[in-house]
Amino acid sequence: MNILVCISNVPDTTTKVTFNANNTQFNTAGVQFIINPYDEIALARAIELTDGGNGTVTVIHVGEAANEPTIRKALAIGATDAVRINAPAHDAYFVAVQIAEYVKQHQFDLILTGRESIDYNGSKVAAMLGELLDLPSVSIIKKLDVDGTQATVEREIEGGKEILTIPFPFVAGTAEGVAEPKIPNMRGIMSARTKPLAVVEPVEVKTFSEIISYETPAPRGQVKLIAADDVAKLVDLLHNEAKVI
Amino acid sequence: MSVLVYAENAGGKFKKSVFEAVSYARAVADQNNTTLTAISIGDVSADELNTLGNYGAHKILNVSADNLKNFVNQAYASVIAKAAEAEQADVMVISNTFSGRGLAPRVAVKLGAGIVDGAVSLPETANNKFTVKKTAFSGKAFATVELTSANKVIALIANSYKVTENPTGAKAEVFSVESKESDFKAMLKEIIKSADKVSLPDAEIVVSAGRGLKGPENWGMIEELADLLGAATACSKPVSDAGWRPHSEHVGQTGIAVSPNLYIAIGISGAIQHLAGISSSKVIVVINKDAEAPFYKVADYGIVGDAFEIVPKLIDAVKAYKALA
Repeated sequence: MNILVCISNVPDTTTKVTFNANNTQFNTAGVQFIINPYDEIALARAIELTDGGNGTVTVIHVGEAANEPTIRKALAIGATDAVRINAPAHDAYFVAVQIAEYVKQHQFDLILTGRESIDYNGSKVAAMLGELLDLPSVSIIKKLDVDGTQATVEREIEGGKEILTIPFPFVAGTAEGVAEPKIPNMRGIMSARTKPLAVVEPVEVKTFSEIISYETPAPRGQVKLIAADDVAKLVDLLHNEAKVI
Repeated sequence: MSVLVYAENAGGKFKKSVFEAVSYARAVADQNNTTLTAISIGDVSADELNTLGNYGAHKILNVSADNLKNFVNQAYASVIAKAAEAEQADVMVISNTFSGRGLAPRVAVKLGAGIVDGAVSLPETANNKFTVKKTAFSGKAFATVELTSANKVIALIANSYKVTENPTGAKAEVFSVESKESDFKAMLKEIIKSADKVSLPDAEIVVSAGRGLKGPENWGMIEELADLLGAATACSKPVSDAGWRPHSEHVGQTGIAVSPNLYIAIGISGAIQHLAGISSSKVIVVINKDAEAPFYKVADYGIVGDAFEIVPKLIDAVKAYKALA
């Protein structure tokens, strides 16, 4: 089976988030960028499903050349080849249209994304790809098993889970539980240098959203400490002062 | 033009997040001097449907068909898009639930609409701009997004808008939609419910614990405290990685982001990735034996002490409070 894994380039999870002076742009100075952690889960599962020559894993990324180390890492982890759509990722719709255009010209049985990116937290690309390609999509899956021409997936719902079967091709957004992220080994790192990385120019897209400003959450007041031998005081404060119980 | 809100049901009932979304959508309709239509899909009784009118829906559409009893992303998106066209709605509000997150982007593409997911505020419409604030960087920040399309989709985060009563007396009416067979390729096989637990994403109180609990066998007291408070249980990433608790309880940057009224963190030091997922909690309580734990910097209330001593005392204190209440 041929699997397409969509990866995004995001700030490392330990990043302290800051913005430029007028709060219109994320400050990238000193920030290390990584493969979006949920996309790494998708990649790991794709590699497992194609293990032993049972297909190919293509990673696709919409972004500029500066993001290629992230793509090479995906190749080092075990992807077969990679595609970079040469444009800044304006928003989820822009990204989804670029990937959909690529998919229309290539055959994939399964398209995987992470459930969301940890920077803008949209869960949009998987569902948008489904709509643009008229394919079924499942946005947040916790398990993915393949059986012949269909897959069984587990989808999280509030207060439980659903088990679904879906024929190929379809799009899914993966979350924790689907696979354990893989760490590249030396052989993978060496071979990643020579694996194919195609650069494709973007198609024109009319987008409808623009981030116009950022802000950080308002600082909280100082913690009110309660003595360990006066726990009832906490309950009293939560009831009478904070009014949350 | 009008506003359309999707009322997602869980087993035929609407949860608080639906009433929040309807209240929010009514406020959006009022901002634009227009009306609000709510749409429900699946098996929901007339009495339950009519409750949507209590929160401001002027019109309630009910779509009920055998093949739409259970949520199917593709088919539900088609129904909502058709309702939006029939109602000439230009703003669609959908809850940012697990299902909503798969549904809203499909609806947006169908309608050629810009979308803001993870929304936490009402739109601002000054200077002919339509902007909505949303969470970003997993709770470490907020972004204000401008939508420039005629149609707009907003996916609203639970606990970010107050349920507001605004009775209209609207009664549910049938809305018939013909579905395409190709919209039903994903087949539901089974629904597995968690036993009697409060759902974490919509919980108003969350009791969360970390490695300070030392092992999965010590979670009994966390569950007891959560039960007493009507809270959901959660955990830090090391705990779910170790298999002490399921991944579905992992709160943080790479887990679930929550915004309850009260978040109680027990034996969690407060790594930046964990704090990212809980920063929109209204009140934070920390119980940790390390007075220097980073969590104390963001907490409203704290008790420095060993979880194994403090939590049983807290359980007794909550029981005493409940007896008085």
